[in-house]
Amino acid sequence: MTVTEPKPSYKYVGTRPVRHDGLEKVTGRARFAADLNMSGQLHGIVVRSPHAHARIVSIDTSEAEAMPGVKAVIIGDDFPAVEPGHRQYDMCINVIARDKVLYEGHAVAAVAASTRDQAQAAAAAVKVEYDVLPAVLTIDQALAPDAPVLHAHMMTAGANPPAEEPSNISNITRFSGGELDAGFAEADLVIEREFTTQPVHQGYIEPHACVADTGQDGHTTIWCSSQGHFNVRSSTATLLGWETTRIRVIPAEIGGGFGGKTTIYLEPLAVALSAKAGRPVKMVMTRDEVFRATGPAPGTKLRIKLGVQSDGNLVAGDAYLIYTNGAYAGPGGLLGAMTVFESYKIPNFEVEALDVVINTARSAAYRAPAAPLTAYALETMLDELAEELGIDAMDLRLKNAVAEGDPSTMGFPFARIGFVECLEAVRDHPHFTAPLGPNQGRGLAAGYWFNIGESSSATVNLNEDGTATVVTGSPDIGGSRASMALMAAEELGIDPHDIRPVVGDTEAVGFTDITEGSRATFATGMAVVEACRKMVVELRGRAAKMMGADIDDVDWVDGQAVYTGSDGDKDPLSMAAICAKAKRTGGPLTATGSLEAHGAGPGFAVHLCDVEVDQETGVVRVVRYTASQDAGTAIHPSYVEGQIQGGVAQGVGWALNEEYIYDSDGVMENPSFLDYRVPVASDLPMIDAIIVEVPNPAHPYGVRGVGETGIVPPIPAVANAIYDATGCRLRDLPMSPIRVLEAITANGGSNGS
Amino acid sequence: MLSAMKYASPTTVAEAVDLLGSEPDARVYAGATDLIPQIRAGRPEPAVMVDLKRIERLCAISGNGSTYTVGAATPTADICVHDGLAAAFPGLVEASGLIGSDQIQSRSSLGGNLANASPAADTPPSLIVNDARAVIAGPGGERTVAAADVATGPGTTSLGGGEFIVEFELDQPPARTADAYLRLIPRTEMDIAVVGAAARVTLDGDGRVAAAAIALGAVAPTVVRVPDAESALIGNEPAGDALAAVEAAASAATNPIDDKRGTVAYRRQVAGVLARRAVSIAAERARERGGQS
Repeated sequence: MTVTEPKPSYKYVGTRPVRHDGLEKVTGRARFAADLNMSGQLHGIVVRSPHAHARIVSIDTSEAEAMPGVKAVIIGDDFPAVEPGHRQYDMCINVIARDKVLYEGHAVAAVAASTRDQAQAAAAAVKVEYDVLPAVLTIDQALAPDAPVLHAHMMTAGANPPAEEPSNISNITRFSGGELDAGFAEADLVIEREFTTQPVHQGYIEPHACVADTGQDGHTTIWCSSQGHFNVRSSTATLLGWETTRIRVIPAEIGGGFGGKTTIYLEPLAVALSAKAGRPVKMVMTRDEVFRATGPAPGTKLRIKLGVQSDGNLVAGDAYLIYTNGAYAGPGGLLGAMTVFESYKIPNFEVEALDVVINTARSAAYRAPAAPLTAYALETMLDELAEELGIDAMDLRLKNAVAEGDPSTMGFPFARIGFVECLEAVRDHPHFTAPLGPNQGRGLAAGYWFNIGESSSATVNLNEDGTATVVTGSPDIGGSRASMALMAAEELGIDPHDIRPVVGDTEAVGFTDITEGSRATFATGMAVVEACRKMVVELRGRAAKMMGADIDDVDWVDGQAVYTGSDGDKDPLSMAAICAKAKRTGGPLTATGSLEAHGAGPGFAVHLCDVEVDQETGVVRVVRYTASQDAGTAIHPSYVEGQIQGGVAQGVGWALNEEYIYDSDGVMENPSFLDYRVPVASDLPMIDAIIVEVPNPAHPYGVRGVGETGIVPPIPAVANAIYDATGCRLRDLPMSPIRVLEAITANGGSNGS
Repeated sequence: MLSAMKYASPTTVAEAVDLLGSEPDARVYAGATDLIPQIRAGRPEPAVMVDLKRIERLCAISGNGSTYTVGAATPTADICVHDGLAAAFPGLVEASGLIGSDQIQSRSSLGGNLANASPAADTPPSLIVNDARAVIAGPGGERTVAAADVATGPGTTSLGGGEFIVEFELDQPPARTADAYLRLIPRTEMDIAVVGAAARVTLDGDGRVAAAAIALGAVAPTVVRVPDAESALIGNEPAGDALAAVEAAASAATNPIDDKRGTVAYRRQVAGVLARRAVSIAAERARERGGQS
């Protein structure tokens, strides 16, 4: 179901052709990073810390180096020293520890051997002497007055007055607007609530993997899956102290990233091992390593206070947010602060957010980082306010929703956005008024993500037969090849399947930033459109030459050069006809587009979730789910729907069962998909995705990023539905059967509707 | 990791017994759905892996009218589609259909599920409420013991050196008898029981309970029988106070642990709920079956 407002009529944009990479992926022929093998390759294994916090006293690699098949062993000292203050200090000491290990699973050495078994045996023989330090495992421990300090150099940024002693607070962010006290004074109802959430993993199916081949000329080629191969190149160059020109990164297909592959772990180790051994080195993480050493999204403690007038007008909001980013400085709290009050008109607000380090793996981005947690708090509190005031939860949101021209808490006025349209789409959906069964409850929640632009490049090459190759620098993590081909088809006027969309390596296309912030179809799409528009000018010029006409008398219409001048009739020239004569009209037909994209339109989503709660066991099943989202313009609607549905699936898992479980020493207890419970297919109903199209004025086709916003509303939607079914407010994640049953029991037993 | 092990695939029980006798560090497996993850998790590799699935007797299901014989290595997927077993032991069949996923069930087996001796295994409670007997082969020949006597603790069994389970014997239930199995997992599949409860009920002609067996999984080091719940049912209709007594007795019979999959309090509470529900389902099935034996 699609709700649209008037827009230009497109021939290809908005259609659903089979994706160009589809057949290879469903038949298993597509090459992911772990599928790549090179002759003579070695296998690299990482030696990881068993301790959450320890000083490295010594590392003895001699026994490992003497073992059968072992060709290279490396440790942190094999890389250039880095000091605090270095631009990528955290990344450098995370990829391989130097003087300290900061979490269980932290890499301390790596081994390359002829077989994986030999490498594993040798890794086990690397002797690391540790001076074990007390581990800081929770926010409360990190903030305790006598807490062990993870980083002696960590002086809190943003502290007022400035920090004089190091602490575990990396950063404090403050925003405010209006007059908070005056705002609360105007309120008829004020509530304050606290929430806790645990770190969760992105749960991509494909473990991190790479192959690196370093030649005697000091140049290396890396094949890997990532969300941005230019970033792999620059980070690897930084860590190795190499010039960028010595590193070529060739993107493999990617088996899921969700933000978790915006950083690197293995590549510099593989390059260093390969350089030392003189052979290609392949490294593939196990699932256990993926859980222990990569990814998680931050855990949090959140406290929010809201003031509302009896007619439902929100007048004041005060948020105190603490995010853990694992063992390093990170942006969780900052991003939480940027999103917490952004969806609603709250004239008086203050936000204070702390980013805190603890002895767990370094956090990485995860779809709309930080926003699902602030939404969990805010959107469940809105439901409480609505109930208390006797106002419908939908009406309360419609009354306070931001729209074009409203100021954001970040200070800028919103351009055209589709929040109200998303609310209305759900309100008008049959689900909204469908009857509920016994023990069922319904929850409504909204979500926001700002999306970003950044740098993108594209090249369009026309082939001799009039077909086209579109090369971009964005890995295809969510159907972007198809979207690029559709936009190019619309511009050039040829069928999308006469276009080959290609993800170019770092030496084949211009610089392109990571695929993050839902930017690929938005920003890289803009680069494709720019390149195609240059190409159309070139094609008109070539056609004019062939016609003996002036370029201004040649239009490009539906894939043909059409003469519009007054010098009699001239036959239109097809792309194929122009390409066939290219040698006589100026040579190969190539155009590029490179830009820094601005105006990424904010994404809004509104979700409606029905759950059924077993009141005696606390088990929650999601039985119906409807999700609306403003896509601006859906270039390929199937992949917009897929992004929405994927966000819901991950958000439901986050709501119900996913969490990192550590023992008292900081050792992860559930590093497998058996005990780290992402939803399985049978856990979810068919998710009804409603694409709302409120075009983004900054994009030639009106695109807004859609990859992230869909994960923001599910946690509060599920929580609100559980409340509706049980009368219990759950303010701690995950809302597992244990927690739900505890709440029901504490509430005096079952309260089925 | 699964590197230098030898693999043997005997085709007779005798051949398997000989192999195990001649190789001290041999380990039998059926589906290996537990063994391979255990090795991947760091358990020492056996020198020889002995595949039991090539022995016909271990992968057969047969019935002679009074007793069913189910080979210990028979894929649970085969059990799930066996009409005779489904009619006689619906609870055992539903337990078999809950292990892992469809893919796992094409490998997993009753023998492996019992001999692995996980307290959370799905089929042992159902084997036990149906008084299944395990036929065990070893250097001393064959012996038959109650399935309830095989597991002795988490990961430990009463099987001697060189012994393995050949098959299970299950007597055709009497009239007005049926079983049921329920398990609690946070997901809908691909998970390990937080609590499991099997019940078997025999009704008399008036709809009162003539015989009952209740067994709980994942709430103690081994499967727990609940005699207090069983006796509370005898002579009563399986409803009201009798079911409340089942719930209370089942909760009281548990001896669970706190771990990453559940808490003591949760397991205790839910064990009672599942036991009560399993008894209700089994009794309803028993009523539907009527005089059929």
